[in-house]
Amino acid sequence: MAMKRNLSRFGRHLFIITIGIGMLYPVLWLIASSFKPNTMIFTDTSLWPAKFTLDNYINGWRGLNGVSFGKFFMNSALISVMSVLGNVITCSLAAFAFGRLEFRFKKLWFALMLVTIMLPYHVTLVPQYMIYNEFQWINTYFPLILPKWLAHDSFFILLMVQFIRGIPRELDESATIDGCNSRQIYWRIMLPLLVPALITTAIFTFIWSWDDFFSQMIYLSDIRLFTVQLGIRSLFDPSGQSDWGALLAMSALSLLPITAIFLIFQRYFLEGIATTGLK
Amino acid sequence: MRKLPGASDNLTAYTFLLPWLIGFFALTLGPMLGSLYLSLTKFNLLSPPSWIGFDNYVTIFTEDSTFTRSLAVTFTYVFLSVPLRLIFALGVAMALNKGIRALGIYRTVYYLPSLLGGSVAIAIVWRQLFEGTGVVNQLLARIGIEGPSWISHPDYVVYTIVTLSVWQFGSAMVIFLAGLKQIPADLYEASEVDGAGKVRQFFRITLPLLSPVIFFNLIMSIINSFQAFTPAFMIGDGRGGPLDATMFYTLYLYLKGFSYFDMGYASALAWIMLIIIAIFTAIVFVTSKYWVFYGDGKEGR
Repeated sequence: MAMKRNLSRFGRHLFIITIGIGMLYPVLWLIASSFKPNTMIFTDTSLWPAKFTLDNYINGWRGLNGVSFGKFFMNSALISVMSVLGNVITCSLAAFAFGRLEFRFKKLWFALMLVTIMLPYHVTLVPQYMIYNEFQWINTYFPLILPKWLAHDSFFILLMVQFIRGIPRELDESATIDGCNSRQIYWRIMLPLLVPALITTAIFTFIWSWDDFFSQMIYLSDIRLFTVQLGIRSLFDPSGQSDWGALLAMSALSLLPITAIFLIFQRYFLEGIATTGLK
Repeated sequence: MRKLPGASDNLTAYTFLLPWLIGFFALTLGPMLGSLYLSLTKFNLLSPPSWIGFDNYVTIFTEDSTFTRSLAVTFTYVFLSVPLRLIFALGVAMALNKGIRALGIYRTVYYLPSLLGGSVAIAIVWRQLFEGTGVVNQLLARIGIEGPSWISHPDYVVYTIVTLSVWQFGSAMVIFLAGLKQIPADLYEASEVDGAGKVRQFFRITLPLLSPVIFFNLIMSIINSFQAFTPAFMIGDGRGGPLDATMFYTLYLYLKGFSYFDMGYASALAWIMLIIIAIFTAIVFVTSKYWVFYGDGKEGR
């Protein structure tokens, strides 16, 4: 009996570990390949480079047409940080209104907000492009950042509303008695208590903006404005003749900021995901 | 003691709501109506739109074979990747939930792909792993199977993209894991006393109590899968090839709108996509009352 249980426990561990290796393999392959000389990337399949080189990183970092990958990283970081600020500020403002204040048509606005979460962005794509084109904002970062400053990612509003509903109302009531108005309650009570939800929002916004290849591709064509994703895309030639070493080295680097943020904040992160969907 | 909202309260609330309201009208509602109008016109951005009624829709449904193929590819992708991803997520979540040392590490490892999977970098890695002489086929060769060219063969490339999606089961798994933790252990103990086996417990306790979580995961997965773009763009040749086998719906829409600048047509495609997603979401919602179980009898989500 005990042996049978041990055996099933062993089986379960084996299952979990095997899948774990499968999960990590592509990432490990990428890292390993980025340190292999170009000629060995597709012949040497081991995860430990037989010959170790940094050339790929040096070649890749040079970038394209005289614009280095450092520039692309700075551009991506700028877009992501501005997006994070926008989302954190405007989504929390809207969430405070929905979660705590009473006002006319609240139910209607809330329902509309929920619907926009499920709306595919393609259905607004062409007119949005026209608007930005009208303002001559193509080849600027406004189309990528402005929506975040208008709380366009309603998903995060919902996340924060759910969170605010869990904060005891007694706190605002006693603050009201002490003479706080709504603005002060938002600033002094809600925001400090919302921090876990704000961090979740910040992390997801950063990652999604970092990876938002589609919008970046549509709105940016000037190479000096390129993001990391666009830089990698340009190094990559689907018909075959790419500098694979450089391409993989820059790909590995492009994943670094996201992974670092995840590992640092993973506590908020994983709890954030677990609580978003439900309750 | 709740007072009715007065004029000043309304003003305060609407100040807080202002950024969202502007965004809603300027970036969502306005553009939605705009694209509905554009879908009834011929428009290339340079000259003003010219009204052509339902011509775009008629062309799409009667003459456009690329549309039909892109729909078929997208459906294949959605119908394979959504269930597979959820089954994997649930299976691994259950294995992890039984109590395991270093749960945190496993959770991190399994979650990582969901985090990285949407990037251009991983799509490129996938392309290389599955290529004719890539690692996947080398592994298959070792056990005596000659793998096809997963990327350049039109019959297989969509499955390559499905595996990339299934690989990202971690986010759904984390949600399942949280749901599993909510199920009271005494339910299992009681059923064990009554003689229920593991399988019966799974179907009678785990699945019903997890159904609200499955419901949520299902809706989000369907909506997201219909909008997949980067993997199709990067793993294929970026123009839908080979033989339209990577012509995902969003890719077709992008090519029509931003490569051929047939923006009226692209808007019509977008509205058809919206309706398709709405129909699927509605089906899941309507059927949910038969399979989603809210234990405490209180209002649902």
